[in-house]
Amino acid sequence: MPETKRIKASDSGGVTVVTFADSKIIDEDEIQELGQELYDLVERHDHRKFVLNFSHVEFLSSAALGKLISFEKKVSTHDGELILTNIRPEIYEVFAITKLTKLFQIKDDEADALAVL
Amino acid sequence: MDQHNWSWTLKRSFPSRRNAHLESMEEILGQLTELGWSDRELFGVQMALEESLTNAIRHGNKCDESKHVAIECKVSPERFWLRVEDEGPGFIPEHVPDCRKGKHLEACGGRGLMLIKAYMTTVEYNDRGNRVTMEKVRGEQSSELMDVSS
Repeated sequence: MPETKRIKASDSGGVTVVTFADSKIIDEDEIQELGQELYDLVERHDHRKFVLNFSHVEFLSSAALGKLISFEKKVSTHDGELILTNIRPEIYEVFAITKLTKLFQIKDDEADALAVL
Repeated sequence: MDQHNWSWTLKRSFPSRRNAHLESMEEILGQLTELGWSDRELFGVQMALEESLTNAIRHGNKCDESKHVAIECKVSPERFWLRVEDEGPGFIPEHVPDCRKGKHLEACGGRGLMLIKAYMTTVEYNDRGNRVTMEKVRGEQSSELMDVSS
């Protein structure tokens, strides 16, 4: 797996499982870096199936949501699949308010996601 | 509102540099923590602070460091009140598309105003659209938040 600062990526049976280094995703420079590290997994390292595990994430801004949406589009255009997991209730509420629950596939935990990828 | 017995107030301005708001935001959240606001409530307040302050820096003042963002905040065990003003030309909130509908659902921006509205009890803009005033009364929920909580 490539060296990264904002995310930690590991392989689970051909699926790339990503966890986040920051519990609060608000710093704009870090969000740019996070986006680039995610894009690189698709564009430079040819990964196609992803689980983004949010268990460490306590807060994220709308700028971070924007980056996740860009990533979802990138994965889709490369015929990949993306599932979000382990989202705590406060963060899920943000997805629900903005109706992003309709855009993203969301599962309770990694095992649920890996079972369908 | 003026009769309310506020525990702590903050009035300051800062240049429109990315992340310049983080220090004030942490200070306000620290005060609310001391006043007994729960983590869940602080989440919503942080969202409103983050989105209104970054909107002022990024969209209002276009990250022009010669322009300032003015912030005024009052807190108490029952209420959080915030006013944020930028030096930009302003905008018309009603003209911002609903981020939940149609093609806007997949747009990478445009969610900040919706989130502020969801987490605050009241949100008001001045006529020019360069100043937002908001208040959260503990225990009161917006209709947006009630819709997703039910």
